[in-house]
Parts: sequence; structure tokens; C-alpha cells
Amino acid sequence: MKNYLPLIIGMGLVTYFPRLIPLIALNDREIKKSIRDFLNFIPYTSLSILIVRGIITADSDVKLATILGIAIAGILSYKKGNLVLSVLAGIVLSFIVINISL
Amino acid sequence: MTKDKNIKNKVKEAMVTGLPIVIGYFPIAMAFGLLSKNTFISFRDTSLLSMVVYAGASQFMALDLIGAGVTWANIILATFLLNLRHMMMTASLAVEFKNIPKKFLPLVAFGITDETFSVISFNRGKISLPFVLTINIMAYCSWLSGTMVGYLVGEILPQSLQSSLSIGLYAMFAALLSPEARKSKDVLLISIIAAIIYIMLFYSNIFTSGWDIIIGIIISSALGVVIFKKDSREGEN
Repeated sequence: MKNYLPLIIGMGLVTYFPRLIPLIALNDREIKKSIRDFLNFIPYTSLSILIVRGIITADSDVKLATILGIAIAGILSYKKGNLVLSVLAGIVLSFIVINISL
Repeated sequence: MTKDKNIKNKVKEAMVTGLPIVIGYFPIAMAFGLLSKNTFISFRDTSLLSMVVYAGASQFMALDLIGAGVTWANIILATFLLNLRHMMMTASLAVEFKNIPKKFLPLVAFGITDETFSVISFNRGKISLPFVLTINIMAYCSWLSGTMVGYLVGEILPQSLQSSLSIGLYAMFAALLSPEARKSKDVLLISIIAAIIYIMLFYSNIFTSGWDIIIGIIISSALGVVIFKKDSREGEN
């Protein structure tokens, strides 16, 4: 089998530094209110974008399962607030949908 | 002694808070381990990918690109672009991490993923070094062990189960976001705006994959600042 070590190290470095640099650079700076607001929106905008991306890049044979799995997890979490249960329900529902549509 | 007890409590709290990530990561990592095996990557290198890179989406992408015969330089570039979003996330956390000793930041930074970031962000009041480290370590162990288990025994799972396990990642994103949207109309609105902007960016094909995520995050978060300027006294909960 091929040795992927150089690739893995390269991928590791370009993943690690974007995680590290802002923490070090912004750690003890006073940040303007508007920039703080901007940064505070990032958890929501990034999650929303990752969800949408998951749906539009899903293979067509699992697209419906992806949408329904995401929907049930979102709805359950909204109503009950239980993260584990919601994720598991999402997995189970998408499993069922995939099997029905096969 | 009270300090020890304090740390113990924070670790305990973190274990409860981080449990969903552990449960969510394991099956997704299994799917990765198995897929990696099917891409003819050795057990050592598969484990190292999860150990060193530790970024789910880009690990799956790398398998795709390796299978398609893309050069390593281009795979590394694509990984960089896809993971640049973490820069926005750690920038967002930097303010909250003020009470974490500086020398631990390089260690803490390694463990920031989409999921640990979300869970930590949504539990701002609890942020401390033991709390963050515990969540990061739990998530990391789950991802790594899931990868190994998936490589070794993943084949016994039927294909449809493997597919649904990888959908679990997105189910987790949705389950993290929706309670926040319930708490605040602003969150709901900004999430919808972000979704619409990303869809427009994606189908306009102006930016390559990775850049479209970053530009989407920047535009929609900036719009949030403009739109919600008037009621800015609200602050964090």
C-alpha cells in the first residue's frame, strides 16, 4: 500500500494553523463591538451553511434521506432539546428512508 | 482542595455537555474508516489521518480526491480551503477564551471542530480550561477510535446503514442549531439568511468549494451586524 505520510502531514498543518492563529492573535485584544457582534454570529451562520451544503452536495440517491434526517433531528431538538436523541432519530429515519427507496 | 473539587465539577459538566459529540462522532468516524479501507489506504495511514488532520469533512473529501487521482498538492490546497472556516470559528472563540492560560491555547486550538466549536459556543458561561479540554479530548477519542473500529470491522455494516451514519453529521448540525433558533428570533433569521446566501453562492459557481463556505459565513455574519444594529444591547446569554 502507498505511504501517505507526507500528504497527511501537509493536510494536518493546513488544518491546524487556521485553528490556532486567531486564538493567539485575538486573545488579549480589545475588540470593537461591531466586530464582536460579527464574530458572535459565526456559530449560527456557519452551522446553517454546513447544513445547506450537506443537502445540496448529497448524492441524489440519499438526498431525500439526508433532508428528512436533518429535518427530524432539527425538529426533535427544537421540541425536546435532547441532542443525542435527535441525532439518533435522524440516523434511524434516514436509514429507513434509504431502505424504502432502494 | 476546593479548587480540585471545582475542576472535578467542570470536567463532569463537560462530560455531560460533550456526550452528544462522542455519540455522534463514533458512527461517522466508522464510516470514514471503512471508506478509507475501500480506498486502499493502510490502517496506519487511516488512523494517522484522524489523529493528525482531525477534520471530518476534509478527511472524507481527501478520500474522494485520492480515489480520483488528484495530486497531493491539490488535496492539501483543497483541505486548506475547506478548513479555513475554522479560522472564523476560533476568531469567534478567542474573546471567550480570555480566562484560559495562553500556553494552553495551542493545545485547545487543535481540538476545535465544527461540533466542539458549536457546543462550546452555546455554553459560553461554562468556558474554562478543564471544560474545553474535556470536551475536546472526548470528541477526539471518539473520532479516532471510531475510525479504527470502522476500518477493522466496518464491513459487517450494510451499505444503507453506512450511508445513514454519515448523514448523522448533518443531523448533529441541525440538532445543535435549532434550539438556538428557538431561543432567539435573531438567530432564526440570521440562519435563514446564511442558508439563502450560501445557496446563491453555491449555484453561482463564482467561488470554488471551500471559499464559498468562508465567503458565505463572512457575508451573512456581516449582514447580521447591519440588520441587528439597533437592538445591540441584548448581548450574550
